[in-house]
Amino acid sequence: MHDKQVRRRRAVLALLVGISLILLTAYFGESPSSPLHNVQRGIVQVFSPVQEGASKVLSPVKDVAGWFSDTLNAKARSDRLAKQVASLTRQLDYYAQKASLSDQLAAQIRLDTRVGMSSYQPVASNVIGRDPTLWYQTITIDKGSDDGVALNDPVTGDGALVGKVTTVDGPVSVVTLITDHSFAVAAKVLDSSSDGDSGVLIPAIGNPYSLLLQELPPHAPIQNGQQVVTAGFTDPANPALNSLYPAGIPIGQVSNADQNQLLNNQQVQVVPAANLRHLSVVQVLTRPHPGTARAQLGTGTG
Amino acid sequence: MSEWLRLPLRLVGLALLTVIVQESAVSQISIFGVSADLTPLVVMSVGLLAGSLPGAIMGFGTGLLVDTVLVQTLGVTSLLYIAIGYWSGRLRELRDPAHGLIPLAAGAAATAVAGLGMSLIQFLLGVNAPVSLLLLQQIFVTVLVNTLIALPVYAFVRRVVQPALPDDPRRRRRRAYTTGGLSPLQSPSQRLGQISRSSR
Repeated sequence: MHDKQVRRRRAVLALLVGISLILLTAYFGESPSSPLHNVQRGIVQVFSPVQEGASKVLSPVKDVAGWFSDTLNAKARSDRLAKQVASLTRQLDYYAQKASLSDQLAAQIRLDTRVGMSSYQPVASNVIGRDPTLWYQTITIDKGSDDGVALNDPVTGDGALVGKVTTVDGPVSVVTLITDHSFAVAAKVLDSSSDGDSGVLIPAIGNPYSLLLQELPPHAPIQNGQQVVTAGFTDPANPALNSLYPAGIPIGQVSNADQNQLLNNQQVQVVPAANLRHLSVVQVLTRPHPGTARAQLGTGTG
Repeated sequence: MSEWLRLPLRLVGLALLTVIVQESAVSQISIFGVSADLTPLVVMSVGLLAGSLPGAIMGFGTGLLVDTVLVQTLGVTSLLYIAIGYWSGRLRELRDPAHGLIPLAAGAAATAVAGLGMSLIQFLLGVNAPVSLLLLQQIFVTVLVNTLIALPVYAFVRRVVQPALPDDPRRRRRRAYTTGGLSPLQSPSQRLGQISRSSR
């Protein structure tokens, strides 16, 4: 009798482990349109109203806990923000001048600004689910293809880039955050003395509070506190090849511009501007996707 | 409701409730920079209360649900939670620990296994990630936070699961105590003698 129980227990255990391994292998090797992914999306769609309801019901609890957490961090944040305000005030004057000059030049060459950030339709949505682990940095939001959200749409929160849409269904979408290991975006450091050095921004895996801006010029004049924004690149040789993100979305600030790191590894550390652990509302920048910024030179000159 | 369906139904309900509360609320509350993770604690509690087989099945189901709801690689979390449910169940079956703080230690161990196991599987799956000190620090803080909430979670799970269990360990121990112990070294007449002495 005891032997039979032991055998049964081991058989069930082996079966469960076997099913998990089969699922893992099948899922890992499949494309996003495969049956397993479709089933998963279907279940997410079924769960989304429940998650949405639970998120609303439990929001007072979240708010109270968030208030305590914010109060504990308030002192440190206050000091940091005071320094940031001083730095940003200096930069504001400089960029105000730049913006004025840019408007004049754009008017002169009749630059097509339809592809800028303002041309996107922002769709506000609530965060209804979040992954607690450090490995999968995703959030679930309550807007999907029914609201015009499409795959790879940029997502902003707290006034900065927080990620992109990686799974979309009718009423719900999954957003992969900028701290997920699969994320990368072309970004540049706003520099008062030049056009800004561009690189590729990737997450520092396992650290949800840090990003790495890589592939910078070794002698780039980068300093702590400088703003990092999306570069919004386009390939002049192939106009169809564009960045998924419009230029100029704030991402964060340079937090550690170690000159040795810059010289040897061509990278600096960036701290995200958005508090990715406390996102409750985000905006999805829906179509049109960025095209090329076309400078339409006058044709009637001669 | 038939007797044999009571436990599976309660476990299914518990798994659904845990995953929804975890993803919708608990994950969005940051304590010392990390979020508590109820799921390994619930799986551990079921293992401790119901045994290795229900523990492993609960681990598999909860893990699959987590992976599905979060649109993650299916099977990763299931694999880890099967181990947590099975080994906490084996702890009950082999040792039958009586101390009230056992869920605390088991909760810490379950969270550590979940955190370190997830890191290991991610490395095996080819995620290009350096082993940062911060990652270990975050796992450690998560273990601490989960240890703090392990006892209330265990108490809640016991409240849900206990009525559906055929033989509760606490009840068994209490019975053993009131009947003068169930030691095989004592003969039935000695046990009966203790009872009659105590009743006088």
